[in-house]
Amino acid sequence: MTEIWYGLTKAMELIISFDPEVMEIAARTLRIAGTSCLLASLISLPLASLIHFRRFHGKRVLINIIQTLFSVPTVIVGLFVFVLLSRAGPLGELGILFTPAAMVIGQMILITPILLGLTISALSGVSKEVVETATSLGASGFQLVLLVLREARYAVLAALILGFGRALSELGVAMMVGGNIRGFTRVMTTALSLATTRGELEMALALGIILLFLALVINIVLNRLQQRR
Amino acid sequence: MNSLSSMIEVADLTHSYGGKEILKGLNLSIARGEVFALIGPTGAGKTTLLRIIDLLETPGSGEIYFDGICVPRSGKQRLEIRRRMSFIHQKPQVFNSSVYDNVACGLRWRGEERDRIAEKVDGILETVGLEGYDSRDARTLSGGEAQRVALARALVLEPEVLLLDEPTANLDPVSTAKIEHLIGDVARRHNTTMIMATHDMAQGQQLADRIGVLIDGTLLQTGNATDIFRSPRNEEVAHFVGMENIIEGVVVANNEGIATVSVGSNPDGIGIQAVSNYPARQEVYACIRPEDITLAPMMHRSSARNSLQGRVARVASNGPLSRVQIDCGFRLVALVTRVSAEELNLQEGSEVYADFKATAVHIMERNASR
Repeated sequence: MTEIWYGLTKAMELIISFDPEVMEIAARTLRIAGTSCLLASLISLPLASLIHFRRFHGKRVLINIIQTLFSVPTVIVGLFVFVLLSRAGPLGELGILFTPAAMVIGQMILITPILLGLTISALSGVSKEVVETATSLGASGFQLVLLVLREARYAVLAALILGFGRALSELGVAMMVGGNIRGFTRVMTTALSLATTRGELEMALALGIILLFLALVINIVLNRLQQRR
Repeated sequence: MNSLSSMIEVADLTHSYGGKEILKGLNLSIARGEVFALIGPTGAGKTTLLRIIDLLETPGSGEIYFDGICVPRSGKQRLEIRRRMSFIHQKPQVFNSSVYDNVACGLRWRGEERDRIAEKVDGILETVGLEGYDSRDARTLSGGEAQRVALARALVLEPEVLLLDEPTANLDPVSTAKIEHLIGDVARRHNTTMIMATHDMAQGQQLADRIGVLIDGTLLQTGNATDIFRSPRNEEVAHFVGMENIIEGVVVANNEGIATVSVGSNPDGIGIQAVSNYPARQEVYACIRPEDITLAPMMHRSSARNSLQGRVARVASNGPLSRVQIDCGFRLVALVTRVSAEELNLQEGSEVYADFKATAVHIMERNASR
């Protein structure tokens, strides 16, 4: 027990003193997760709008598949991206395995279903009457999509934040295609895992506290957004 | 019909929803600058017709001509045509943004310049009495204010055609009066062609040049207010326009345009004098508006050609008026002012004479075709 208390006090020291290594890892984590989320949303928002506004066969099935992929295990995405980027793989020539770029690709694949699914349901929350009012006021198809996205902005933003949270806290992809290289691809989850196995309890606890704190911030922002409609 | 002279023309329009026929072969032509009121009970197809005219829906069959152009069933031209119209919905839908952004959106979508937009939006907000509301969140407005935002949002586009679907149905009398005043003003000043669906006949009468009665997907009658309210074409229209007294009878004689109609259940019948050209033995309905009947304590021999003796069956107040049911061999309803009802001391069972002019009786053929 004393060991844990000691670890906790040390961890707080690391955080309060802005320990360079801890801060560097935290900053990299935010950067990589942020990039993944940004790129995934650039794909997801137009794609979700397309799925929402177009009528086609198998739409229901497609949405079901997307929703199933919300909970795809991170290690499966990690494995998939690993195979894709490994030297013998189809994209092996890029030589980006064990780089932040590989992590971004993996995290994008991981969170795109969440962004897609939640954006589609956010758009469905905009009433038919609003869509019709805009149509009769002379909105073109594209202008209509922009308006509906704007009407659903809080719900869409909530989707983005949830995706960001998932990218931030996942371990499988970061470990398998990032490789936990110190000063290069080491992020909070991989660093935490390593520190624990090494017995560096104060480091592990410090990272854990920061991760939890970020989760708390995300949750508060989400709650705020869900109260605004 | 010459489609060049009319702003909107609808030809053989048919439309169904889930197997139910909503519009049944509608033909209608609206002239440029005309204010047309579409009246009819709920579910008659008024909204569907407006939605089809606004190109929000494609009809099952039939054509729409806008300013002489035959509207295609799909494609980019529909957007161009739609941008020359505005539609005010029964329940105003405001966007989740400021009042200013709500009103400006249509202009932005048309690529109007920023300065022009600001100028126009400020102007229209003043017109609808919402100056200073620019930055208010549109979703916090009251129903009447929201409807005025919707009206401003539509009017700022200076549409050639304005479609209104029960624009005051959900509003209190004060807000209703404001909206009606604005609509009347726009029609006068901008010569905007308007089609207004309403179940409020007084509103139709007050604002429209011409009225169409739509019942059960069919346009039963079009004409000016006097035509519709005084001379309904058949029983359905008569009922809808408030002809409370629709009495079955037979013409027994016609003397130079004054028909004597025998009504009531007793064998001899009661004779009613009415201005009509129907010949003897024609089966008819005699229609009398309740407000055209005056009540008197004794037989009257003046300008009123009919003076029927009866007994009061029921007196009910109806705002400033009293609604009196009289049994004079058949049931007759009269609307009189409350003051006169009190002066006559009308009570159940009291004897009274119901007077009405021969010109107040509208005679229509029984089983008149649609």
